[in-house]
Amino acid sequence: MRVMVEEILKISNLHVSVEGIEIIKGLSLTINKGEVHALMGRNGSGKSTLANALMGHPAYSIDSGEITYNGQPLEELEVFERARAGMFLSFQYPSVLPGVKVGTFLKKSIEAVRGEPVKQREFRNQLKAAMQLLDMDRSFLSRYVNDGFSGGEKKRLEILQLVLLQPRLAMLDETDSGLDIDALKIVSKGINQVVPQAGCLVITHYQRLLEHVKADYVHVLIDGKIVKSGGPDLAHKLEEKGYDWLEVKNEV
Amino acid sequence: MSDEAREIVGDYRYGFHNEDKSIIRFDNGLSEQVVRDISAIKNEPKWMTDIRVKAYHHFVEREMPKWGNPGILNDIDFEAITYFLRSTDSTQGDWKDVPEAIQNTFDKVGLRDAENTWLGGITAQYDSEAVYHSIREDLESQGVIFLDMDSGLREHPELIKKYFGTVVPHSDNKFAALNTAVWSGGSFLYIPKGVHVEMPVQAYFRINAENMGQFERTLILADEGSSVHYIEGCTAPTYTSTALHSAVVELIAMEGAKIRYSTIQNWSNNVLNLVTKRAHAMKNSTVEWIDSNIGSGLTMKYPAILLRGEGAHAEVVSVAYAGKNQHQDTGAKVHHLAPNTTSNIVSKSISKDGGRSTYRGLLQVTPKAHNCRSKIVCDALILDKDSRSDTYPTMEIGNSSADLEHEASVSKVSGDQLFYLMSRGFNEQEAMGLIVNGFFEPFTRELPADYAVEMNKLLNIKMEGSIG
Repeated sequence: MRVMVEEILKISNLHVSVEGIEIIKGLSLTINKGEVHALMGRNGSGKSTLANALMGHPAYSIDSGEITYNGQPLEELEVFERARAGMFLSFQYPSVLPGVKVGTFLKKSIEAVRGEPVKQREFRNQLKAAMQLLDMDRSFLSRYVNDGFSGGEKKRLEILQLVLLQPRLAMLDETDSGLDIDALKIVSKGINQVVPQAGCLVITHYQRLLEHVKADYVHVLIDGKIVKSGGPDLAHKLEEKGYDWLEVKNEV
Repeated sequence: MSDEAREIVGDYRYGFHNEDKSIIRFDNGLSEQVVRDISAIKNEPKWMTDIRVKAYHHFVEREMPKWGNPGILNDIDFEAITYFLRSTDSTQGDWKDVPEAIQNTFDKVGLRDAENTWLGGITAQYDSEAVYHSIREDLESQGVIFLDMDSGLREHPELIKKYFGTVVPHSDNKFAALNTAVWSGGSFLYIPKGVHVEMPVQAYFRINAENMGQFERTLILADEGSSVHYIEGCTAPTYTSTALHSAVVELIAMEGAKIRYSTIQNWSNNVLNLVTKRAHAMKNSTVEWIDSNIGSGLTMKYPAILLRGEGAHAEVVSVAYAGKNQHQDTGAKVHHLAPNTTSNIVSKSISKDGGRSTYRGLLQVTPKAHNCRSKIVCDALILDKDSRSDTYPTMEIGNSSADLEHEASVSKVSGDQLFYLMSRGFNEQEAMGLIVNGFFEPFTRELPADYAVEMNKLLNIKMEGSIG
């Protein structure tokens, strides 16, 4: 049986600058429902810039190119409207919110995204299941959001939000950095649960997350452009050979 | 509502007023005769009249404070204030006997709901005097005395005579003198030895009339080994002319007693709130001021605790919100007068829309007070470039064994915090509300749950509009 392809995100010839410096220099990418796209590249290649620009960070200016989300121009939506339309960004460095309890934050966030109150019982059940999946202790809920959290705890909270919010487009910005192998496995469980209903953009330095989250496509970003796209094998090749061989090619 | 009215009322929900149906209202203005008339109308003993008159003369002679906000203080026209207004014949014990408009007022501010669900007793003051009072029978049968201050003086003159003015003498400052001269209403609360009052008791102070001066006087005595949580709330109508609220609150925690005094101050912006609050803490006792200042045009208030007995503990958790046309000049004073005493002060302020917040604190450790510990944390959050925050901490340390910590921070909401929250579906206003609720959390977590919810709602309303 053939599955209908459902386009979620389409980026065409995108140029993005930060404080007047161009970082993304003509990037095109299409993500369909159920697909995992891994975006790999060195520090400074523009990976996080892409994620932040897609989510609508005001410091990132889109100079040219087009982005459509669910077939609609993305630029018309404010940040919170993007979230309410099903976009989710797992932050590389999520903010600390002193005095805001994780439990309160999660419930309010679900309500904000859905646009309606959530019944306490329903919320509790969803939360319990998600926290079990991610092997998180209940004591998390009464701590303040990311306040005094270790790097691994912050990432886990990001993935907990991912699982609870059930987005249509999940963007994961270096979710694997700072995680030990056990935590990586657990976080991957969360991502894999969301993948079938979502398009997924996984930004990473390393191939190791892709051992647990199966990428359908791997893209290599160098100096703001995708210089090579391929299947999962490409990630292995990068792990062995690094990025240099691609860079040389790029200059030719 | 007209634009002009909106401009005055802003986001304030309690700015409504009832028609003035007072049965006695003095002409505006202050004189020795006014002071004597107040005392006479209440049939007070001569000794109280004498205290009032003496305080009046001190008030007249006493200079205005030169700090805080002298511009506003020097502009106060004491002749334009009403010093006494009686709304009902007597304090009622049944809401049915309270005029309907007044009942409705206390409904709207949420007092009657709280009374029915989780309070041990309430006093509802409307302008100068209490119009309603209740106390649970089980508290009364344990010997707890909870009365409005006028009834307290009538029914327990010996206790009042013994303690009145012993914590805050009339000569303490100009406004303490004014209050002592013209005081009316307030609470008298006595907890007998060893009695623990489980449910909080509350007083609610409502100003209704224009140009009103409200001068309630509160005295709380917690006898040895007892404990109590007293809550006060206050609101007023929004008028274009000034109202004056100048209270004096005296607390005495005897050996091993514990008093928690929580304030939710939400006056309208035309009210000047100039209040003196002080406590004496005896051996091994604890006094806690949980103090919020959200309303008023100018507040000058620095709850103080004198740690007089060994092992006593002071706790001050205060928050202030200074919005448009508001100056919150608040803080805390703790005096370590005995050995092994401890104190903990947390102060949080938010300035927005040109508002101004000032922290003024005093920590004193006397030479005799060995092995004291104190921790002070002062955090200010400034939400826009038009707003202002200043901190004036003073320390007088006379004993080198003291263990002191002082942390202060001034912060702004970061763009990254807002972006993070907005990426989770919150619009800018909701995001600001969450950040502000979180900032005040060390205060709200100390409140009973219902009031914590109310406080967060209040702050969210304050975050509406004018974000940009």
